[in-house]
Amino acid sequence: MGKAFGAVAGVGAVGSLVAMKKTWDPLPSVKAAGFTTLDMSIYKEGEIITEKWRGKPIFVLRKTAAMVAKQTESQKARDVVVGDAHYMLAIGLCTHLGCIPAYIPAEESFLCACHGGQFNWAGEVTKVPPPRGFDIPPFKIDGTKVILGEVGPEYQKMKDSGVTL
Amino acid sequence: MAHFTKATSVKDWLNQRLAIETVEKVMASEYWIPKNINFLWAMGMVLAITFSLLLVSGIFLLMYYQPDVKDAFYSVNYTIMRDVDYGWLWRHIHGVAASVVFLIIYIHMFTGIYYGSYKKGREMIWVSGMLLFVTFSAEAFSGYMLPWGQMSYWAGMVITNIFSLGGLHLDGLVEWIRGDYVPAQAFLTRFFMLHVLLLPLAIMGLIGLHFAALRIPHVNNQDGEEIDFEAESKKYLAGDTAGSKVIRFANDFMSKDLMVVGFFLIFFFYLVFFQYGFALDPVNFDPADGLKTPAHIYPEWYFLWSYEILRPFSVNIGLVAFGFAQVIFVLLPWLDRSPNAVPASRRGMFKVWFWVLLVDMIVLTAMGKLPPEGIFSTIGLVAALLFIVLWIALPFITKNEKKA
Repeated sequence: MGKAFGAVAGVGAVGSLVAMKKTWDPLPSVKAAGFTTLDMSIYKEGEIITEKWRGKPIFVLRKTAAMVAKQTESQKARDVVVGDAHYMLAIGLCTHLGCIPAYIPAEESFLCACHGGQFNWAGEVTKVPPPRGFDIPPFKIDGTKVILGEVGPEYQKMKDSGVTL
Repeated sequence: MAHFTKATSVKDWLNQRLAIETVEKVMASEYWIPKNINFLWAMGMVLAITFSLLLVSGIFLLMYYQPDVKDAFYSVNYTIMRDVDYGWLWRHIHGVAASVVFLIIYIHMFTGIYYGSYKKGREMIWVSGMLLFVTFSAEAFSGYMLPWGQMSYWAGMVITNIFSLGGLHLDGLVEWIRGDYVPAQAFLTRFFMLHVLLLPLAIMGLIGLHFAALRIPHVNNQDGEEIDFEAESKKYLAGDTAGSKVIRFANDFMSKDLMVVGFFLIFFFYLVFFQYGFALDPVNFDPADGLKTPAHIYPEWYFLWSYEILRPFSVNIGLVAFGFAQVIFVLLPWLDRSPNAVPASRRGMFKVWFWVLLVDMIVLTAMGKLPPEGIFSTIGLVAALLFIVLWIALPFITKNEKKA
């Protein structure tokens, strides 16, 4: 009798938990709004522009010729190439706890005011606490446009090689 | 069915149905409190009063607050502060009480630690108290989201990101908690629900447990003396009120308690009317903006010590240290290996431990407020390491303690 009661109550409890979990999931409308298209031809060299994707800031930096020339192997791996232009494209949130680091043009680097983390112009971390460089949003290159939220082969390669999470 | 007689008075009518005389005795006039205590024993009542102030002011704020990302900021800063008659009063009471309640909680906690009030049958008082601390913290955090200003948004962003647990990258969990990729409408409404319903319910339940945990072991006293409450109360009821070591909870102890509450309320309303600024961060008077982080983010003063334990380390170590700091206080009754339940002043090394811990937490609090640069980073790191070392050392220094 106790076992039977326990079984019925258990099924009910699990069902309730599933419903409660699902109720807290992001709504379909939130998920559907998760795509942003950027026209990459409008950016000027050496200027940091903040775009918005899924409510998050996206840093776009069209690299200067000097930057492209001095890129290391690890920096090349993060490079987004559209046509013949090179871009630093990243989610502009510190990988520590998600504050937005500020770009300091004189030092060509980003400083996070929350816990003192630093990143260079290519998006790599140069000072802890952040555990890794900026995350790169899923992107797909389409001519001179980039669609954020869709996975293209260039992004897939970065993800597979562990350049981004 | 019980036998009822014609009531001789309203009191008798109620007494037959609800046994109000027995209830009054059990809860008040024959609930016994030691005489050998000081004003620090009134902090429980001060907390109960502060919680009531939060509840009442919260009810009035709730009537005009709009839990909508477009309207929330203006419903607080315009409607409540300017349109509603005395709306500012409820907001100032609510904000100041939310801050002051933590000051009193810390005093209450450290009083318990100093006098050994978590030992010899009083473990559940301590554990339920620490659960209350956790729920009050969650209540404070969820409430902080509601004005939907810059500090609300970015505190929400940073604190929910903690749940990705660093190297485990549980981004799905963080998105589930928020109901979105970033704090947005779903986030605001669910934290509104937590703040006005679920967490207050949990707090009220835990307050009940906290009081219930007190009944059998009774209140501790200034010497940690084991009092025979049965014998002492008989002595009191027999008329030897001077010779007995105990007094009635009501009205005797209550009258002393309310004296302290009176002084507290004068101080409290001085803050509400003249010094409310400390509880209302200027940065939060800018509406939330997901594309602009304030130059310097810091939590309210009562979270600074644990924030400073998170900050100086790399992300994974920082999270482990932070988790350690959150749970370690709960384990105090078992980490303190000495059977002595006396004030810290009579406990040798424990006395040193107590004061070093208190000063260390004040240092952590101060460093947490300062920017993470230069010498402050170093002091913060040392203080954070000291905090961890102190708790690891506790079982060893108390194990060798001499019988007091």
